[in-house]
Amino acid sequence: MSVQKLVSEYFSNPEAKELAWYRRHGGYEGALKALDEMKPQEIIDEVISANLRGLGGAGFPTGRKWSFVPRDTGKPIYLAVNADESEPGTFKDRYILEWDPHRLLEGIIICAYAVGIHTAYIYIRGEYVRPAETLQGAIEEAYQEGVLGKQVLGKDFSLDVHIHRGAGAYICGEETGLLESLEGKKGWPRLKPPFPAVVGLFGSPTVINNVETLSHLPRIMVNGSQWFAEIGCERSGGTRLFALSGSVKKPGVYELPMGTSLHELIYQHGGGIWNDKALKAVIPGGASAAVLTHQESDVQLDFDSCIKAGSMLGSGAVIVMDEDVCMVKAAHNIMRFFAHESCGQCTPCREGTAWVYRILTRILEGQGTPDDINSLLEIGGNMSGTSICALSDGAAMSFRSYVNKFTSEFEYHIRHGKCEFDER
Amino acid sequence: MPTITIDQQEVQVEAGSTVIQAAEKLGVYVPRYCYHPGLSVAGSCRMCLVEIEKMPKLAISCHTQVQEGMQVRTNSDQVTQARRAMLEFLLVDHPLDCPVCDQAGECDLQNYYMEIGQHDSRFLEDKRKAKKASVIGPHVILDQERCILCTRCTRFCEEISQTDELGVFNRGNRSVIDLFPGQLLDNPYSGNVIDICPVGALTEREFRFQCRVWYLRQQDSICTGCSRGCNVSIHHNPSRPYKAGGKRVQRLKPRFNPEVNRWWICDEGRFGYQFIDQNRIEQPFRRVSGELEAAGWDAVLEEVSTALEAVLEKFGPQGIGIIASPQQSNEEMHLIHKLFGELMGIEQIGYRNPWESEGFHDDFLIRADKNPNSRGAEEIGFNNDSRSLLEKAASGEIKVLYIFQHNFESEEAHELLARAEYVIFQGSNWTKTADFCNLVLPSSTHAEEDGTFTNFEGRIQRFEQVFLPLSESKSGIEIMTLLARRLKYEWPYTDSSDVFLEWHGKAYDDLEDFGELI
Repeated sequence: MSVQKLVSEYFSNPEAKELAWYRRHGGYEGALKALDEMKPQEIIDEVISANLRGLGGAGFPTGRKWSFVPRDTGKPIYLAVNADESEPGTFKDRYILEWDPHRLLEGIIICAYAVGIHTAYIYIRGEYVRPAETLQGAIEEAYQEGVLGKQVLGKDFSLDVHIHRGAGAYICGEETGLLESLEGKKGWPRLKPPFPAVVGLFGSPTVINNVETLSHLPRIMVNGSQWFAEIGCERSGGTRLFALSGSVKKPGVYELPMGTSLHELIYQHGGGIWNDKALKAVIPGGASAAVLTHQESDVQLDFDSCIKAGSMLGSGAVIVMDEDVCMVKAAHNIMRFFAHESCGQCTPCREGTAWVYRILTRILEGQGTPDDINSLLEIGGNMSGTSICALSDGAAMSFRSYVNKFTSEFEYHIRHGKCEFDER
Repeated sequence: MPTITIDQQEVQVEAGSTVIQAAEKLGVYVPRYCYHPGLSVAGSCRMCLVEIEKMPKLAISCHTQVQEGMQVRTNSDQVTQARRAMLEFLLVDHPLDCPVCDQAGECDLQNYYMEIGQHDSRFLEDKRKAKKASVIGPHVILDQERCILCTRCTRFCEEISQTDELGVFNRGNRSVIDLFPGQLLDNPYSGNVIDICPVGALTEREFRFQCRVWYLRQQDSICTGCSRGCNVSIHHNPSRPYKAGGKRVQRLKPRFNPEVNRWWICDEGRFGYQFIDQNRIEQPFRRVSGELEAAGWDAVLEEVSTALEAVLEKFGPQGIGIIASPQQSNEEMHLIHKLFGELMGIEQIGYRNPWESEGFHDDFLIRADKNPNSRGAEEIGFNNDSRSLLEKAASGEIKVLYIFQHNFESEEAHELLARAEYVIFQGSNWTKTADFCNLVLPSSTHAEEDGTFTNFEGRIQRFEQVFLPLSESKSGIEIMTLLARRLKYEWPYTDSSDVFLEWHGKAYDDLEDFGELI
């Protein structure tokens, strides 16, 4: 296949995590180019015109995010790298952390230099033990070889990088929950404004970027923004890692250009639905995204197209469901997660997620009532647009889509007190 | 100063104000649970959501800062729907045990339900189980099931008492407020968490099951616990006095005064009202062959006036000593000054208890001087040394010593008093001092009379009469008046408002709400 691999090239190459090997293969050239030849503002402009978007899930244009950071506050500016990959179905960042940690570190250097940052924290999901060890090894090697520290790559620029391991909360992947946790507090998302770019970590201006986003920077520096933008589609540059899972023959991480069709990912790269069953539904961007029916599933995988289709590209976690999957059980499974992971700070999320989970449990136990369907949709509406962070919106977007699009399956459960798919 | 429009009304507020503050200024009340003007903004209950033009979704009014030209709606359909939704969410796991909840009647879940809820429950699942009725400190009891996690209490302990006993534990709807391990909610201000808890999660141990709140009446008063003069409301139960062992006062609540105590009060003050109903002197007494015997007012006042007149005639005003009390109102002390000082010419008037040691104090509200009106006594000019008055009484130089309210607990005082010739005690409660007196005159407490105290910084503050003097006790104003008339002096006063008008030059109702500096 002639797909260009911008961040996944070294996946499954055990040598790539070694600094010397990485450098022999062009590693840190992008950072050197940035430090040597470019002014910080030029880097920001370059990233803006590359159409690089935040690949953690929100898809916010990266260069623009950087440009919001005030430079004259007299406070240090921090970089918080979001490696708290925990959206269900998402397992792409761990590949970068495990196989290609220096690409991330190089990206961190470029970002730090562009924004005037001298301290970066990598907030890594607590369960990612091996990725954290690999990354720690890479950081230590980078310090030893003068890639990080007082003089980054021998240049007049200092940068310290620290790892902070999370303790197992989904909400700490929400950027302000992450900052709270990094400050040693309970991971409760903050009220906005102020936004982290202005008041972030320890009250200072802070850039928060996802692992994959930063890992694209080295090649953008080397090859230029136009090259990157052209790989992708309109308004979404470059490629993206898709974590394909569920009822497919070949689940895994696939790097594809932005705008690739969802069907190409499932049928060409993923080998199609397992046991050659029919496709029933697919989640295009992690558990928080609305489910797409098979009729809706012929979409392009980029941020804007997915929003147009009524869902979101989110974290790029594509979860495929075949014709034998019960959508009530799927919604129940997802809501168990959100009810468990809601931080409990604000009312609609704390009460809404737990209530919906209990209603779905009751339906699965054969105790559903005809009013439940309306109640679920109304509760979902009440959970939307009323909370502190996006968890509640995501959970509501998700379960409402199951109820709306697969109403008959919910009705069957309620009327018959059992699952129509158990009998097949 | 930006101008914004709330519900079609324009209001100008200071830059940096929040929408809820602007609404408050207009008298528009936005329902809230977590917002409290004395605490940092949590923004978590989502009850105060309002609609703001040009904003994509509803915004919380407690956190959103005003901007010039902002158009706010606090009562649109969308806002009402969101509020109802938040209320429904909060009631989902609420135990609805109002019949056995002390908060019933003053609970914001009940209040808002009546105002904006009134929905039928569609919650069919099992309610969340959590700790109920757990004692978390000397004054506070916690019910985690009733808690709506507004975090007012944790923020109070962090920001105001700065003692950090309480935190939120666990996640999602398993979240609970609880003590940090090994802690007790035992700080000098712990009772305030009861007041700010908008539901029945934190209730008062002392008040528990004593009285339903709808039987209570409130009267504005001033705490007598120290010289801060915290503004309080006295909650009393006039309709069912046979409940709670005949205690009239059921509880004290702080009353907002931005200049004195803001929203807060210390526990010592909050629970220091027992003297109003307990250990009271309920009728006059006179000592007959060593024992105190009940007597009538007429007889006792006759004895007082006879004794005073006799000494005046034989020894002049030097034969009489007066020890007023910094527990008395300005009005009472004004009459003491009038009768004894001006009319009888007595110069030996003191007020301080020389044996009183400095009490606990901090840099927030609690003052070392445990009297509410020392400053008032100073201003009136009572400056004699009480110890020397007692010494003169012991040596026979002072023939009649008239002591108000004091509780001289020291042995030295008792020895001096035992040697005194003739001692009159006027007070509200039995004290050791009364054991050494020839006459005991029962006076009322501050809750039974109108008056003012002057706090340590010179702020004159009004307290109101809550109920009539207990049993046969009489207010200090009335006792002085009866005595003055019996002594045939010109006496223009009938009640304390006459006295206040004379010394402060205005009527009670014209005194500023938050008091006036002298």
